[in-house]
Amino acid sequence: MTDPIIRVNDLGKTFGSGMRLSLAKQADEVRAVDGCSFEINRSETLALVGESGCGKSTLGRLLLRLIDATAGKVYFENTELTDLPAARMRDMRRHLQMIFQDPYGSLSPRRTIAQIIAEPLDVFGLVRSGRQRRERVADLMTQVGLSPSFMDRHPRQFSGGQRQRIGIARAIAVDPSFIVADEPVSALDVSVQAQIINLMQDLQKQKGFSFLFIAHDLAVVRHIADRVAVMYLGRIVEIGPKKQIYGMPQHPYTQALLSAAPEPDPDRKGKRIILEGDVPSPKRVPSGCSFHTRCPIRQDICGIERPPLREVAPGQLAACHFAKPFPIPRPTSSQAVPA
Amino acid sequence: MTVPLLKVDNLAVEFGPKANPIRVVDGVSFEITAGGAVGIVGESGSGKSITSLSILRLISEPPGRIVQGRIEFNGVNLLELPRSKMPDIRGRDIAMIFQEPMSSLNPVMTIGDQIGEAIKLHEAMTGEERRARVIEMLRLVGIPDPAGRLDAYPHQFSGGMRQRVMIAMALACNPKLLIADEPTTALDVTIQAQVLDLMHKLRRTLNTAVLLISHDLGVIADVCERVVVMYAGRVVEEADIRSIFRTPQHPYTRGLLQSIPRLDDDRDRLYQIPGSVPLAGSVKKGCPFYERCSLRIEKCMNKMPPMFSFGPDQRAACWVTASQADAKEKEAALQ
Amino acid sequence: MAVSIEHSELPSPSLAPEPRALSRLGYELFSRTSTMFAFAVVVIFVFVAVFAPLLAPYDPLAQSILKINRLPSADNWLGTDQFGRDVLSRMIYGSRNSLIFGLISPVLAAICGTVLGVVAGYFGGIIDRIISRLIDLLLAFPELLLAIMIAAVLGGGFWNVIAVITVAFVPGFARVARASTLAVKQEPYVEAAIAVGVRTPVIIFRHVIPNIAAPIVVLMTLWVASAIRLEASLSFLGIGTQPPNPSWGNIIRDGLNNLFGSPWPIIGAGFAITCVVLSFNLLGDAVRDVLDPEISE
Repeated sequence: MTDPIIRVNDLGKTFGSGMRLSLAKQADEVRAVDGCSFEINRSETLALVGESGCGKSTLGRLLLRLIDATAGKVYFENTELTDLPAARMRDMRRHLQMIFQDPYGSLSPRRTIAQIIAEPLDVFGLVRSGRQRRERVADLMTQVGLSPSFMDRHPRQFSGGQRQRIGIARAIAVDPSFIVADEPVSALDVSVQAQIINLMQDLQKQKGFSFLFIAHDLAVVRHIADRVAVMYLGRIVEIGPKKQIYGMPQHPYTQALLSAAPEPDPDRKGKRIILEGDVPSPKRVPSGCSFHTRCPIRQDICGIERPPLREVAPGQLAACHFAKPFPIPRPTSSQAVPA
Repeated sequence: MTVPLLKVDNLAVEFGPKANPIRVVDGVSFEITAGGAVGIVGESGSGKSITSLSILRLISEPPGRIVQGRIEFNGVNLLELPRSKMPDIRGRDIAMIFQEPMSSLNPVMTIGDQIGEAIKLHEAMTGEERRARVIEMLRLVGIPDPAGRLDAYPHQFSGGMRQRVMIAMALACNPKLLIADEPTTALDVTIQAQVLDLMHKLRRTLNTAVLLISHDLGVIADVCERVVVMYAGRVVEEADIRSIFRTPQHPYTRGLLQSIPRLDDDRDRLYQIPGSVPLAGSVKKGCPFYERCSLRIEKCMNKMPPMFSFGPDQRAACWVTASQADAKEKEAALQ
Repeated sequence: MAVSIEHSELPSPSLAPEPRALSRLGYELFSRTSTMFAFAVVVIFVFVAVFAPLLAPYDPLAQSILKINRLPSADNWLGTDQFGRDVLSRMIYGSRNSLIFGLISPVLAAICGTVLGVVAGYFGGIIDRIISRLIDLLLAFPELLLAIMIAAVLGGGFWNVIAVITVAFVPGFARVARASTLAVKQEPYVEAAIAVGVRTPVIIFRHVIPNIAAPIVVLMTLWVASAIRLEASLSFLGIGTQPPNPSWGNIIRDGLNNLFGSPWPIIGAGFAITCVVLSFNLLGDAVRDVLDPEISE
């Protein structure tokens, strides 16, 4: 029944573990990603959510092998990507594309829009003539809502939202089957974010690619995700279908994240779980459950034994010894905004 | 009728050469009462940060300059004060915290010295008293073991802790007004929750008025009592917090509220405002929102709407919604 | 397609016009008197070098026992040297050597240095360490000393001098190229190119080199001046342009023998070197202002 396009098995990445002469070898190691396993189904959108430094961007790059893993395996349609030779990996990139966070930095400043969008087409020899290339670029620009007449302009002349559209056009140019989007809207103005989220949602429906959508904000992915994974200090602490994660989160960190975001509603001030302290440095991940230093429901065992991800409801997994449903209180339809 | 603590009246700020200036803030007016909390919400280029910087006259001249308006603090027009008087106001009467807790602290000075310096500038105290005051401030903002952290340097603190230190520094001299420019934007959600909570607590204990600048309507809803919505350098709507969120009258406010993703709604699609945010000063005539507005009529293109009143506590600059409200009122009167 | 209409951006009439690099260069050149002056000097310099045979009143190599060590006169504006050769003509012909050296060596050095620097910066690791140490080694020697050393081994002569100056300049270019490459490599658009599937050599030529070109070009214009100065120094020391061929450096050297009889050859050649070197430095600054996006935007 399930048809995973991406399978991730015990994936890990430790930075600074290479050759080093210093004695403080252990202390320098940063475990950015640690023992992550999950699957992404065909045409599914998995949202990966977590605070800064939780390793979500690293995980996204590991899947596309923009950085090499130090442990575990990634499979794309039964091909193991993690040990593929560089040349074969490059061929695989036709199916695996990425949309970047920074719409200002991710477009080469000295190249025209047409050159940027056509680059993947050229790499994989998908266009034969200059005319065909321009036609294809014009078509792609129309699909992302840009006027093809701007084809020969340079990125600096466009606004953030327009640049992100260009980045999306580049990613869908080769018709990939899997796209990683790393915080694609967090650098954009509020009124433009919705445009880009809707655009990506529609393109995904239309083209059927699978999607890993990385964000730091649970609200942003609510409309686009099928399933949500929550990361804390390099580990996935909860993963499950959207409805359950938003309605019945089981891990105390997910619950805190959901309640911490200030809602644009003056009648719901200050009703939130406030976590103590800061996120610990990934150089010194706490023993046992890495969340136990801030957890409101911790007990003695949490500092000793690391809880595994276990099924707490159909399709929903949480890594907590004391996982229990925690319905997020929601007033009935507070939406009174006239159209 | 009470005199407001801060009254900004018809403020305009220009940048660039005098011959061809770019007006990044135009005709901005609002008031803050003592102990009140006002939020300015807007996107990039809306002029919200420039407005806040103008209050303390922190705009670098050139290229910027305040070309018109009054900024009255306790009845005194700050724009008419001699420049040499401003440092007395800054820090003592009006304090400011910025978005970047990283770069707003001097990396080679201890936390204790930096807060102490702020106090030393404005209040005569012995070293002992000052030290006690610094510890008290650090405890107030929730730094654990404040006496022990006095001699720590900024890099030894995390982002959230640094923002707390910034707040402690800003509040050290008991200012009457705290201007906070995107104070939580650089912080993680769980840390933001802590800082917002702290701001609530401080407002209750110290009764400091707050002017909060943010692009995040959630943060604004959490902290403020009144909201000023800015777009392309102009105030497009101003109201008490409930009216803004319940009965927004400007099409931009409405669009903005509908387009933000929320945790609690099950819409399949987000509402979207078409187009992009105009560059500051690029709209020369008519309503700045005209290009993107779904309600626009021909009049909007040529004539900038004034602020119309919608009820006692709400004003918005829109020709269309004003006439609709007008019509509704007449209808009600007839019945 | 239904999607496209709904997602359309508004037509943006306010899209900023494309600024032209050339018109900006022109503006930069003529908006400041000093750069305009520098530009004029360089134009005259190139003109003189190209049309030397037409401009020089005498053959620069023709000796005459009758006219040894003359002071400036209507016939010989800058006087004559110890072999009775016209100093002005030698200077005019000497400008050719200066121009050729001044252009060829920095260009060659820029090419070699960029290749080394980009390779070191992009690939990093052991390659970077080897190249960087090599560069440090070369940088440890003052360029003139290095040039003298190499010239002592290889001997004088046109190509040897070019090789000498090039080697002396490579480390500077390599350093700048390496540092810029390290910065550009961190840019998201390089990662984006990798993610798209672009091959490494293409990434280097298409995405790295165009974005590090600005500092290299600036360095090149600045070092045209250094190359002219270095060639003069080497010729002065007798290991540059070999007599009887004229060059500004050996005009000064020849002039030294008769410094108190007639200082004019030294003054003339020295003035020419100063003017040209200064002008290229000023032009280099102007080029930097145009190419540096921080300043120009």
